[in-house]
Amino acid sequence: MNIHEYQAKELFEKFGVATPKGKVADTAEEARAAAAELGDEIVVKAQVHAGGRGKGTFKNGFQGGVHLVKNADEAADVASKMLGQTLVTHQTGEEGKLVSKIMVADAVDIEKEYYLAILMDRESRSPVIVASTEGGVNIEDVAENTPDKIFNEVIHPLLGLQPYEIRNLASKLGFAGDTAKQFAKLLKGLYQLFMSCDCSMVEVNPLVTTPDGNVLALDAKFDFDDNALYRHPEIAELHDPTEEDPREVEAAKFDLNYIGLDGNIACLVNGAGLAMATMDIIKQSGGEPANFLDVGGGATQEQVRNAFKIILSDPNVKGILVNIFGGIMDCDVIAKGIVAACGEVDLSIPLVVRLEGNNVEAGKATLASSDVDLIPADTLADAAQKAVAAIA
Amino acid sequence: MAILVDENTKILIQGITGSFGGRHAQLSLDYGTQLVAGVTPGKGGQKFADTVPIFDTVGDAVSETGATVSAIFVPPPFAGDAILEAVDAGVDLVVAITEGIPVMDMMKVRAAMKDSGARLIGPNCPGIVTPGTGENSHGGCRIGIAPGYIHKRGKVGVVSRSGTLTYEAVYQLTSLGLGQSTCVGIGGDPINGTSHLDVLKMFNDDPETEAIIMIGEIGGTAEEEAAEWAKENCDKPIAGFIAGATAPPGRRMGHAGAIVSGGKGTAEAKIAAMRDAGIEVAENPSDMGDALVRAMG
Repeated sequence: MNIHEYQAKELFEKFGVATPKGKVADTAEEARAAAAELGDEIVVKAQVHAGGRGKGTFKNGFQGGVHLVKNADEAADVASKMLGQTLVTHQTGEEGKLVSKIMVADAVDIEKEYYLAILMDRESRSPVIVASTEGGVNIEDVAENTPDKIFNEVIHPLLGLQPYEIRNLASKLGFAGDTAKQFAKLLKGLYQLFMSCDCSMVEVNPLVTTPDGNVLALDAKFDFDDNALYRHPEIAELHDPTEEDPREVEAAKFDLNYIGLDGNIACLVNGAGLAMATMDIIKQSGGEPANFLDVGGGATQEQVRNAFKIILSDPNVKGILVNIFGGIMDCDVIAKGIVAACGEVDLSIPLVVRLEGNNVEAGKATLASSDVDLIPADTLADAAQKAVAAIA
Repeated sequence: MAILVDENTKILIQGITGSFGGRHAQLSLDYGTQLVAGVTPGKGGQKFADTVPIFDTVGDAVSETGATVSAIFVPPPFAGDAILEAVDAGVDLVVAITEGIPVMDMMKVRAAMKDSGARLIGPNCPGIVTPGTGENSHGGCRIGIAPGYIHKRGKVGVVSRSGTLTYEAVYQLTSLGLGQSTCVGIGGDPINGTSHLDVLKMFNDDPETEAIIMIGEIGGTAEEEAAEWAKENCDKPIAGFIAGATAPPGRRMGHAGAIVSGGKGTAEAKIAAMRDAGIEVAENPSDMGDALVRAMG
């Protein structure tokens, strides 16, 4: 789960991670009031999850989702041109993202930019702190071109961040004196935030030093462990469903794992591994998968029905492939769900069904005796070829 | 022989009175597994299916019944604690079926288990099946949620991160007349107890296992490490399969650990590592059984 920049800033403030002074605003008037409390170099930023905001364009013609202004009146003017408008950046796709909030903050004089992140590392099974003297750029490029400028500290899972580890990083980044002290305070706060909020990643890019000797987190990206949101209701609330594919939001309501893709053959599968493999074999057979959809190991008739509705809400879908290996799950339950779903929606596209496993004969009989027009298949390879042929 | 568990292994189930745990406890009993105890705090003294005693603590269950393996069917918020309780009670093997355990919990559990001598399989896994020697392979050890009836006693070891893909592979093998020594689901989470490499080593040392199927998916580098080891050290034929070649980068594909991030964990890299190690890679999931036949020459 991602969060907005202003929400990240609020979390930073809670955990004592220094950031520039600023506030979120819903209206131009709020932006004016917020800017009046700031200095004479102010930045106004559109709040959407996509990157590339500065170089983006609003559909009303206004250029840029990040602007520097001098006073409250200018802040209000820029805010009025952003709020309620749709911002298109290289990450949003041409449909863009609606801007309903903006952030107004002190623009900071930057002496030097750094990179600082904490992530859950699966190889060492520990939190790892990654820092670099090269900030404000894509860290993967730094790792590729100048790996000697990236420094890692693997943190013990039970002992936590130790003072010497902070000193190591400060030394490698070239911080001394008061700057090193400020960095230590910031990193301690960031680590505490990472652990106590069940983050899988928190990335500060850039971390900056200012000419007057301050160390500040200028921009941040968070990723939280979805499995742990149950114990962080205050973080679960930060979730903004308008930032996601509406089909994925709908699927989540029914405990379905759905990810929309660009192809035209929809698939409905039980189990994540088999669902991925089904997408792969569609592609291998010359088609393009329209989605990933795992109905889970114990899907009910109701879930199958809703899964069909979500699949069919995608206008690109020209055919459907159902692939079920009923281990414990009864194939007949799936078959009845398919028949029920087809009874409710006007199915006008080809439907290929491959059922295998527990109670498969009853499932096939249920499908055969219904008036659902479907193409039966034996193996997964057979099913994929039939689905591709059916929409050709 | 088989690996990890056999028909004589005594198992207990933590969370046996939940609907999911109870259903699969019954299926394990039906398969002929020696399920000797259940644990649900507050329900000690009751019986499951009129035969299996239920205890309040794993410690009591182990000392009363001699169980050496625990299967965890406890809901995610309590699963980390349940694993640690089993380890503290002295079991040799913990099999965590539970899906959705926070990663931080697993990180701490793994660190705490370090010097315990106990092994963890999973979490978020289908479990382990060693098919039995009876009719229809009855009498084997089934721990977890895999369908027992698709298995057949034999000589192929199966290791996988995914449940239904394991069933596909086992079903294809059984249809081809190739039985299995042991099938191990290691789970789809980013931090798990046992890796592909750990299981490959066990299969390599097991005299009953003559060939191996290794099924992986995008995310992490565990398959690459296993393939690299196998290249120099494994003297048994291996077939492999990797799911997720078409998965978009940066998205979690159902399993918490199935994600390509920062260019790492791609299907291409894993398939290349497998081929480099001489592993026969299945073209698609329908080809896993046939790929093993090719690997065995």
